[in-house]
This record gives sequence, structure tokens and C-alpha cells, in this order.
Amino acid sequence: MKTTVSRRTFIKGGLAGTVAATVLPEKKSQAATFEGYPDGMGVLVDLTRCVGCRSCEAACNEEQKLPQPEKPFDDFSVFDEMHHGQKRRTDETRYTIVNRYDVPGLDHPLFRKIQCNHCQEPACLTSCFVNAYTKTPEGAVIYNPKVCVGCRTCMIACPFYIPTFKYSSAFNPRIMKCIFCYDTRLKEGRPPACVEACPQEALTFGKRNKLIEIGRQRIRETPDKYEDHIYGEHEVGGTAWMYLSSVPFDQVGFDTHVPKEPILNYVKDFLGIVPMVLTIWPALFAGFHLLATRKDWLKNKNEDTHEEE
Amino acid sequence: MRTRKKLLRTTLALAIGSVLLWPQPGSAMEAADAPETVEINSLSRLYSGVDFNHAMHTEIATCVQCHHHTTGGEVTDPNCIRCHAKSGESDTVSCQECHSSDRFSKEDLSKRDNPALYHIDKPGLKGAYHLNCVTCHQKTGGPTGCQDCHTMTEAGEKMFQTGKYAPTETTGGEHSGH
Repeated sequence: MKTTVSRRTFIKGGLAGTVAATVLPEKKSQAATFEGYPDGMGVLVDLTRCVGCRSCEAACNEEQKLPQPEKPFDDFSVFDEMHHGQKRRTDETRYTIVNRYDVPGLDHPLFRKIQCNHCQEPACLTSCFVNAYTKTPEGAVIYNPKVCVGCRTCMIACPFYIPTFKYSSAFNPRIMKCIFCYDTRLKEGRPPACVEACPQEALTFGKRNKLIEIGRQRIRETPDKYEDHIYGEHEVGGTAWMYLSSVPFDQVGFDTHVPKEPILNYVKDFLGIVPMVLTIWPALFAGFHLLATRKDWLKNKNEDTHEEE
Repeated sequence: MRTRKKLLRTTLALAIGSVLLWPQPGSAMEAADAPETVEINSLSRLYSGVDFNHAMHTEIATCVQCHHHTTGGEVTDPNCIRCHAKSGESDTVSCQECHSSDRFSKEDLSKRDNPALYHIDKPGLKGAYHLNCVTCHQKTGGPTGCQDCHTMTEAGEKMFQTGKYAPTETTGGEHSGH
């Protein structure tokens, strides 16, 4: 009996191939690191300036034609609302929320605006298998309801719990989230409605790179006023919306444990292996199977030929 | 020849005038020269304008607290003093002369792209008013509610969905309750 490939060499070759395939994509994934569009816009939110007037919420509701709220936007009792032990959050009827935080040792409350942070390398976008999300060169993370299948993976992927599902339209799946007023304003170089409405200029609109410069200048010139950190400069690989605060960020509801690199980096290497697994593994294991059952097959064949004789 | 003479005369008059008017160190615009009230209404849309009682405020605050380095006494802020210790009085002291009323417009943003510019973070007019007034009012116990200074207009009521535009039991409550 003469075989061209012995079982041992076949397994050796298979293993070598698997190892090579596992090692190679790593180089590829490093080259694919995306640092954001150079002229992408952003907003710097300064918590020391916000007075909790809710003008941004009202302006957003009007601009995005969202449903009427339960309470008027000049009703400040909403700051005391708690839902399942949590402060208010964004949902299908509101793309942005201002929450109040009573910080121990501080004689006045602090207010924090919440909306999509428009990540440089968004987890919602990379998790979406129908590419419903787009990061535009202007800096916005926008969403296309036409291709969305309503799987809601983006809601799980988002480190800031921003995308919400419109449960009221079950057969027409639709994610609701802040789109940086892309269609109506950002595309034309105009600031989003919330920024324009803010009386305190707590929201500063500009090129993301410039905003980091501005943030640094504020910290440098009034060091007693600010924490020496711009939240969003590096968090989850950088976000277009960034924050300045007078108190440690975890005291005003920020998740300070989010990684400093894009969420994508944690799954990129794994995802790189998927095509290899799908192409090499079937052939590899089919080969194992054929080799393992070869003896039986030969035996059967020999018996057949004996019978024929 | 006549025009030349006229020009010379004007130049001379201007030269003498500017020497006489040149701000002496420490001297300031007299508070008495300042207006009694200032009507602040160039931006009013959602809220009506403010009849700002300037005279009253000159009694409780110094000029530089609001006018920075443009008028009043000497600059004390260590960040401003670096350049404005001797910059003297400005020709005009109105807020909108320096603070842009179209903040965040393309033009405003491109002006700030100049790498040699220090004032990249100068607030727009609306921001300048509120940051100046509200910050001081918070410290001194002055009025801080929106309608304590200016009443809401109908356009404001519409945007804030309050007053006659307030949600009723039947129209409101589309909120999913998360």
C-alpha cells in the first residue's frame, strides 16, 4: 500500500497552517487601526458651566421632531426622577438628557448632559452586521433604518448605553439615537441644535483637535476649577463629544472603567480568525475524518474485490 | 491745496486730541459716564430682552469684573495680565464688539483656526452674557432662574413645550417609561 501523504505529515502540515493563519492576521489588525477623521467635528461639554436649564433637551426635541414629552422642558422635577434605581436615560423619545448630581462636599449640584458620544471607532458600527451605522468624515455616527434588521446588537455593544430601540414599531425595526443633527445641520457645517440653544456655552462646538486644545487651555489656566482630564480624549479610543468636570468623573455618573482603546480591539483578532476557520477547518477536519475511516474503507474495498473474484 | 491744508489740520487736531485723551495709567472711564441702563435684546427670540440696570451694578461690582481689560481699573487676572497689563482702554466697551453673535458659524470657527491666536476659547455673545451674569449671581445670591431676568416669549413656550403648549394628559405620555 502506497500513500503520497503519511498521516503524520498531514497533521504536521495542518497544524503549521493553523498556526500561521492565527499569527498572520495580527499584523493585519494593527495596520487597520483608525484614528478618526482629521477634520472631524466634536463638542466639548463643560460641566462647570451647565446650570441644568434643559434648553438642549427642548432644542433637540424640536429639531429631531421627537414626540411630546411627559413634562414641559422647563419642569425641573425631572431631576428627581428615578427609574429602576437609575437616573433618567436616553430613550426612543429623547436623544439627550440632562441629569443632576449632588456631589458630597460641593455646595451646588452639577449637571451632566448625556447623548451619543460619537466615538472615533464606534462599537455600535463594528458590531452591526448589516452596516446600518456610518461614521461620517464630519464626525457623526449616523444610522440607516432602511437596512436595520432590529437585532439590537449595537445596544449591547455601546459602552455608553446610548442606542435605544423603538419598541412601539415592532415590524419596522428602528434604533433611536442622537445623530449629531447630521442631516439638518452638521452636514452644512452648522452646530447641532443643542449647542446653539445652550445659554451658558457649556457646549463648545468645533474641530475635535481644536476642542482638545481648548480643553487643555481651560485646565491649564484655571487648574483649581478642573480635574486634569478630558473625558473622551482617549476613552474607548476617543469620542467626538468630550467632557470637562470640576470633580472626579465617577462622581458625576461617568464610567471611568471603560477601556482606553476601541471596543473593537478586543474582538478584532478573534474576528480576523473567523474567515480562516470557515475556510480551512472544513477541509482540515474532513481530512482527519477520511484518514480515520480509511482503514475501514480499504477493508470494505478489499472485501468487495475478494467477493468479485 | 485746500484739501491738503484741511488734511493737515485734521491730522494735527487728531494728534493733539489723542495725546489729551491718551489713557493715563490708573485712570479710568468715570463710572458716571456709563449708561444708567443697557437694553440687552440683540439675541432675544425664546426670551424677551433684559433691561440691564447698569448703574446698580456699578455699585456692587468693579468695571473689570465684566469689561475685562477694555475699561475701568487695572487688569488683575493673572492670565489676562500677561498681555493686557498695559493695553489701555478700548475705543468701545460693548460686549458684542468682541463676543461674536454668530458663535460656531463656519466663519467664526475658521477665524479661530489661526495657530497664532490666543483667544481660541472666547465665548460668543450669548455665552458671554450668561457666563458673566450667572456665575456672579450664583456667588452673590443674585437671581439665577431663567425667567428671573427675562420672560419667556411665545416662541420660547413653544420650544420648551410649556404654558399654552404644555403637554396634557392625552397628548403627553408617549414616553416608554424606561
